Amino acid sequence: MACSCVFVLGSSFLTLVRTGSLLDLHIIGAEPAPEERAAVDGLLGPPESGWLGGARNIDRDGRVSRTGLDEVTDRRDLLLPAFHAVQDRIGWVSRGALNYICRRLIVPPAEAWGVLTFYHLFNTEPEPPVVAHVCDDIACRLKGAEALVCSAEQIVGSGGASASAKASARLAEAREAFPRERRRSAPPGGLVKRSPCLGQCDRPVAALIIGAGEKPTATTLVNVASANEIALALANVRSGAASAPPSTGPAHVVGSKILRRIGHVDPRSLDSYRAHGGYLALARALDVGPRAVIDEVTASNLLGRGGAAFPTGRKWDAVARERATPHFLVCNADESEPGTFKDRVLLEEDPFATVEAMSIAGFACGCSRGFIYLRGEYPLARERVQQAIDSAHAAGLLGDRILGSQFSFDIEIRRGAGAYICGEETALFNSLEGRRGEPRSKPPFPAEVGLFGKPTVVNNVETLVNVLDIVLEGGAEWAKVGTRQSTGTRLFCVSGHVARAGLYELPFGQTVGELLELAGGVADGRRLQGILLGGAAGTFVGPDALSLKLTFEDVRAAGATLGSGVVMVFDETADLGDTLLRIAKFMEDESCGQCVPCRVGTVRQVEILQRLVRQTFGGAKAPPLQEGAVRSGGTLVPPSRPASTVPDRVRDLALLTELGQAMRDASICGLGQTASSAVETAIARLRVFRHDPRVNGEQE
Amino acid sequence: MSDTEAISFRLPPRSSQIPTPPERPQRKLVEVTIDGGAVTVPEGATILDACRAAHKDIPTLCYLDTLTPINVCRVCVVELEGARVLVPACSRKAETGMVIHTDSPRVHTSRKVVLELLASSVDLSTADDLQQRLREYGADPQRFGSLAGIATVHQPVKIDNDLYVRDYSKCVLCYKCVEACGTDAQNTFAIAVAGRGFHAHISTELDVPLPESACVYCGNCIAVCPTGALMAKPEFELRQAGEWAPERQTATDTICPYCGVGCTLTVHVQDERIIKVMSPLDNDVTRGNLCVKGRFGFEYVHPERLSPAEDRNSER
Repeated sequence: MACSCVFVLGSSFLTLVRTGSLLDLHIIGAEPAPEERAAVDGLLGPPESGWLGGARNIDRDGRVSRTGLDEVTDRRDLLLPAFHAVQDRIGWVSRGALNYICRRLIVPPAEAWGVLTFYHLFNTEPEPPVVAHVCDDIACRLKGAEALVCSAEQIVGSGGASASAKASARLAEAREAFPRERRRSAPPGGLVKRSPCLGQCDRPVAALIIGAGEKPTATTLVNVASANEIALALANVRSGAASAPPSTGPAHVVGSKILRRIGHVDPRSLDSYRAHGGYLALARALDVGPRAVIDEVTASNLLGRGGAAFPTGRKWDAVARERATPHFLVCNADESEPGTFKDRVLLEEDPFATVEAMSIAGFACGCSRGFIYLRGEYPLARERVQQAIDSAHAAGLLGDRILGSQFSFDIEIRRGAGAYICGEETALFNSLEGRRGEPRSKPPFPAEVGLFGKPTVVNNVETLVNVLDIVLEGGAEWAKVGTRQSTGTRLFCVSGHVARAGLYELPFGQTVGELLELAGGVADGRRLQGILLGGAAGTFVGPDALSLKLTFEDVRAAGATLGSGVVMVFDETADLGDTLLRIAKFMEDESCGQCVPCRVGTVRQVEILQRLVRQTFGGAKAPPLQEGAVRSGGTLVPPSRPASTVPDRVRDLALLTELGQAMRDASICGLGQTASSAVETAIARLRVFRHDPRVNGEQE
Repeated sequence: MSDTEAISFRLPPRSSQIPTPPERPQRKLVEVTIDGGAVTVPEGATILDACRAAHKDIPTLCYLDTLTPINVCRVCVVELEGARVLVPACSRKAETGMVIHTDSPRVHTSRKVVLELLASSVDLSTADDLQQRLREYGADPQRFGSLAGIATVHQPVKIDNDLYVRDYSKCVLCYKCVEACGTDAQNTFAIAVAGRGFHAHISTELDVPLPESACVYCGNCIAVCPTGALMAKPEFELRQAGEWAPERQTATDTICPYCGVGCTLTVHVQDERIIKVMSPLDNDVTRGNLCVKGRFGFEYVHPERLSPAEDRNSER
């Protein structure tokens, strides 16, 4: 490709014109601080010339620089890693750091700003170096997270509370005619922020303590019972004392198939993994060849475990047949569905399984590069998987000519940065490419046009790990477990009001009741009120669903979904109005904002629910969420309004249904399409807003 | 061949025939059914193209012939038989055998709710086309609550330069200005979408004022803005003063006097004063785009620009 890059030095700014894919880059003002520069250079290496932010050398750089760009230096996909590097080192990303990153990666600052502000784990204002992200999502709320967060905020201080509050503040600022003076230094002390589900639902309440600095730390606290524990952990990290103990295996992991190694294998040791039968599957795959592997996977009828339940064999076959090259493999480990923690357990406790399975998938589909897009909130998984990749490399199980074959394959971990939507496969591609995590419209599908516009196979962690046994046993043999349409086993993330929350692996076909029995039933012998299947994007079912068989087909026929395997139990004491509001708020916070039905619809859904909660449970009960107030013109307006102007409940319920239909029908991606599903099914099946005796004797 | 050997070069003999371009391969045709009628369009055409060929009126907002379709507004959705959800007409390619309904109850509901969601959160007072669509679909934005009590994008107007005004209270986030500032026209990348969800907004880096950004004031963003959120200053001032009078306005096509490219300008005039300069979207030279001189360099036409000289004359 005939691409050239022409730099012209302007008087006050650097203009960079990239022909071929025309880019006129203006970087104005602020220079990076030395630590910021060091953080970025630590990732990208020292700058090659004055044009890319290094010291200017007249002899070498001249006045005009021409370089091949697209092939050689187009490294926009390193935008997120670069932001992470600065965030980890400094705790926030300044304009100087932004400018330097833009210069290094040749990205327009406005676009980079758009990317930076998309992800909630990146800060654009100074913050204390140690921050506690405390989960206040549905499972943790059932264990008193709301009160705990409030008291932690009082003890430690809250810097704008939740990520969405930060975004509100940013928006309010953007909505001033001109931006006010930015804070230049971090406020002292630690900070408590609210976080969406941290994937520790079996051990609530969870908190993630992130410390920025030369040696950045990230530790997950589980079973947090008091705000003092959080304050103590913050103080420990700040003083550089031993950080809080890392989380260990979940309280209950029950399973004999893909979970069989967990608790027995040493996740840090390749030898231990091999002693448990590891890397036999890859050897067999290399032996039989890619076509045979795909045939076995197709014969197994393995359906995707991430939520969409697409046949894996068909996906692999489509990518393998694509003539465009190269092919890419992406392991979707951006597990963010509230209530889901299965992938985290697999990655933390058995990381080699995912690495081996990715190698097999890469071999079958003709990929030479694989990415694990790992949730930013999973520090332990990141550490373990990186270690596994390194060990596999050292043993010749990754890299050039694996096990002496012609097959070469490499895996790279890319960290998410706090965006649920990036679990959507096309949003994930955009995120990997250094763009805002906005879903693309399909078709074209990833098998045809995926990551970097190339054929791409995307699989969930659990899906991939299943492939190991399929290759070893043969697809037909493997498919004998489960039902005809739902083959194999499934991981269920059981949480909420059960005696033994945890990860349970069951063959497809068991009932909800049998699963709950395994988990010890509803805690303290209380009555079951409802079950959330599939997470925030899933559906509620009532106590009558205990006999429902857990298979894709039965659950679909019952108008529900297995989604990512969430089974969250709510007993009679649970405040479902509060839960529904939190789910709706989650959808509002996590909407990417691209399409109208989801961007505005999720906000209206929260507003309608707030009205319904107020009307159903009376004015005495304040809206449970901190941001119960509605925004208007960037300021907070108390939600109370004269009763006469409040539209009546029946109308609001009908409006919710119509809004739900439009969001389901007209949104671009699955987030908007399912954003009303839990709310609607809870109202229809659990009659949440219907028979509260406190409601003015209203009959419906 | 050695280095010293002379290279002989002779022109090929002149052909006696006038050369003709190679024949273009015949584009394949696809046949789709729209509201019961068969329509044939060339391969690669979108459902929107097919609907237009069938004279179906499909509302659009974020779509423009000169920009890459990004299907974010969702007002052009149609029902495609066999598809789980509605599909955006503007970007979905027509395929043989598609059976499409452009005005089914599902389509109507979705379009109506989408229009209501926009009208309940954005000031559409200068978006005449959208107002018309709201009436057409019987949309009632008040259903979501009184405007004072629900979330809106209301905010102060941004006036930070002499050429144009940004009133993001009127922004429907159609991404058109971002596309025009980026690879679809100008390649300046001064603005992008920042933030997320309902907080997503059009922004320069760190929301700095335009003079501190990469903006080159080509005004191509104004040309594509469908709601008047971006407006040339004269128009904004006339509207503020309540003197905006479309019935007193004329639009005259001329050629830009500045450089040799020869862009077509459409000069809008009210009361003997130029209020804005546009260019036709279907113009071969401009595709609707102009530069800062063509778009804003018209002040010399107005008589008061001459007053210092007149002053000098009167002094003599």
